[in-house]
Amino acid sequence: MTATIIIIGGGQAGAQAVDTLRREGFAGRLVLVGDEVELPYQRPPLSKKFLSGDLAAERLPFRHRSFYDEHRTDLRLGVRAVRLDRADRRIAFDDGSELHYDRLLLCLGADSRRLTCPGADLAGVHYLRGITDALALRASIRPGARAVIIGGGYIGLETAATCRHLGCEVTVLEMADRIMNRVAHPSVSEYFAKQHSEHGVRIVCNTRVVGLVGGDRVERVDCADGSSHGADIVIVGVGAVATTALAHEAGLACDNGIVVDEYCRTSDPHIFAAGDCTNQPSPRYGRRMRLESVDNAFEQAKAAALNLLDRNVVHDRVPWFWSDQFDSKLLIVGLAAEADRAVLRGDPATRSFSVCHFKDRELLALEAVNHSKDYMAARKLIAERARLAWDRCADPEIPLRDAV
Amino acid sequence: MPRITYIESTGRRHEVEAPIGISVMEAARQHGIPGIVALCGGACACATCHVYVDAQWRTALAPPEDMEEGMLDNAWQRRAGSRLSCQLPVTAHMDGLIVEIPERQA
Repeated sequence: MTATIIIIGGGQAGAQAVDTLRREGFAGRLVLVGDEVELPYQRPPLSKKFLSGDLAAERLPFRHRSFYDEHRTDLRLGVRAVRLDRADRRIAFDDGSELHYDRLLLCLGADSRRLTCPGADLAGVHYLRGITDALALRASIRPGARAVIIGGGYIGLETAATCRHLGCEVTVLEMADRIMNRVAHPSVSEYFAKQHSEHGVRIVCNTRVVGLVGGDRVERVDCADGSSHGADIVIVGVGAVATTALAHEAGLACDNGIVVDEYCRTSDPHIFAAGDCTNQPSPRYGRRMRLESVDNAFEQAKAAALNLLDRNVVHDRVPWFWSDQFDSKLLIVGLAAEADRAVLRGDPATRSFSVCHFKDRELLALEAVNHSKDYMAARKLIAERARLAWDRCADPEIPLRDAV
Repeated sequence: MPRITYIESTGRRHEVEAPIGISVMEAARQHGIPGIVALCGGACACATCHVYVDAQWRTALAPPEDMEEGMLDNAWQRRAGSRLSCQLPVTAHMDGLIVEIPERQA
C-alpha cells in the first residue's frame, strides 16, 4: 500500500503501531505526531524508579530516534492535533500545519482526572501522567516533607511508596473502605495496606477530600468528616479520563473513550484507535470496556496496525496488569468484575499468595502477590476458559493447571 | 564496552555494544533488535524478553531468583539456558555473551 497513514499520539500504542506497520511491510508515508516533546517513552517508571532518581531519563524512551529514521517515520513531537476534518481527511495542528491522511490511527491516551474541590489549583498540587509531571514532583520531594496523596489506587500507592523511600512523611487518603478497591480482592488490599503501614505510610480510608487550603501553596487538605491533614506536597491519583475531544468534535462515536469494534475501527471506516483512549469490545468477557494498561496499548496497537493493512485481525486478549509497591509485586491477569466466587490460594503471611476469581467453575481472573508461577499459569488458563475445582485451587501445593 | 551477540530464530546475528549497568534486554531494545518485546520494561512481569543463553555462558551468570523462575515456568518453549533478559544486568565480564531469541514471546 502506498497510502499515507497518520498516527496521532506518541505513547505506547503509537510507538508500537510504527513498529508493526513497517515490520508488516507498509511502504507508504508514515507520520507520528505526539504532543509531548520527548521521544515515545514508557510511563510505568514515572511513579517508581524514575521518580526516585534511580532510572535516568535516557532509559525511558522505547527506541532511539534513529529507529524512527530507519523505519522512515516522520516524527513530529511537541505538536498537538486541534481539528479533524473527516470529509476532507485532513488534520490541523497547533503549529499551523495540516496533514492529509488516507488512514488514521488515534492513540490519544488518557489524562489524569482533575480534582474539582476548592483549592484544587493551588501550587504544590501534583498529578502524575508524564515526564514533566514526574520531574516537577521529584523537585518538590525532600526528606521530611509531608506528602498527602489523594487516591489509593495504583498511582497513589506506588507514588506513596516512592515518596516514603525518599524520606517523606506520607499519608494516603482513600474514599472507599480499602485501597485498590476497584482492582483487587480484599485480602490483597489488606496485604498491601500492611506493607505500607510497616514502612510508615499512613493510609486513611473512608475519607473524602472536600478542599485544599493554603496561601501561596497548599498547606492543608480538608476532609468531609471534618479532619485535616497538613501537607507540603499533594499528589492526586484519582483515575484517568480518556482523551477524546479531537474524535468527539469530529463526530466519531465516543462513550467513555473512542468507540471501536473488535478490529479497532472507529465509526469512520478510515479511522482506527488503540490504547487508553478506546472503548472496546472484549470477546473473552462479552462486554465493552476501557482498559488502562501497557499490554492493551501494545496489543491493540498491533491489531490496529494490522487492520490498517486490511489483515482483518480481531483484538482478543486477556488483559493483565502489574504494580510494584515497596518490595512486593502484584500481578493481575483477567477481569474479576463478573466473578461469583473468590478462592484464596496460599497464606498472605508468607508474603506469596494468590486469589482466583471464578464465575461458576470458569476462571475469570487471578491476582498474584509475589507469585509469578500462578500468574503465568493463569494467563493460559483464563484464555482457554479453563474450568477448575475450587477446593483444589485453594491448595497452593497443587499447581494451578492440575487443579481440575 | 561489552559486546553482546543476539541471534534471531532465523539465524540472523546482531552484535551490539552494551553499556555496563543496563540490562541485556535494554541493549536489544535500544538497537531495535526484533524478537525481544519487553512489554513491562524490565519489571519481571511479562516474560516477553525471554532469551536462550548460550551454553558456555549459563553458569557465568547469577542464577534466576524466585520471581524470574516463576515467570520462566510458563514461558513459551522454555529450555535449559532460558532467562529473562531484563534480569541480566550487563557487566564487564559479559563481553562476548551470546543469546538466542525464541521464535515467539508468549
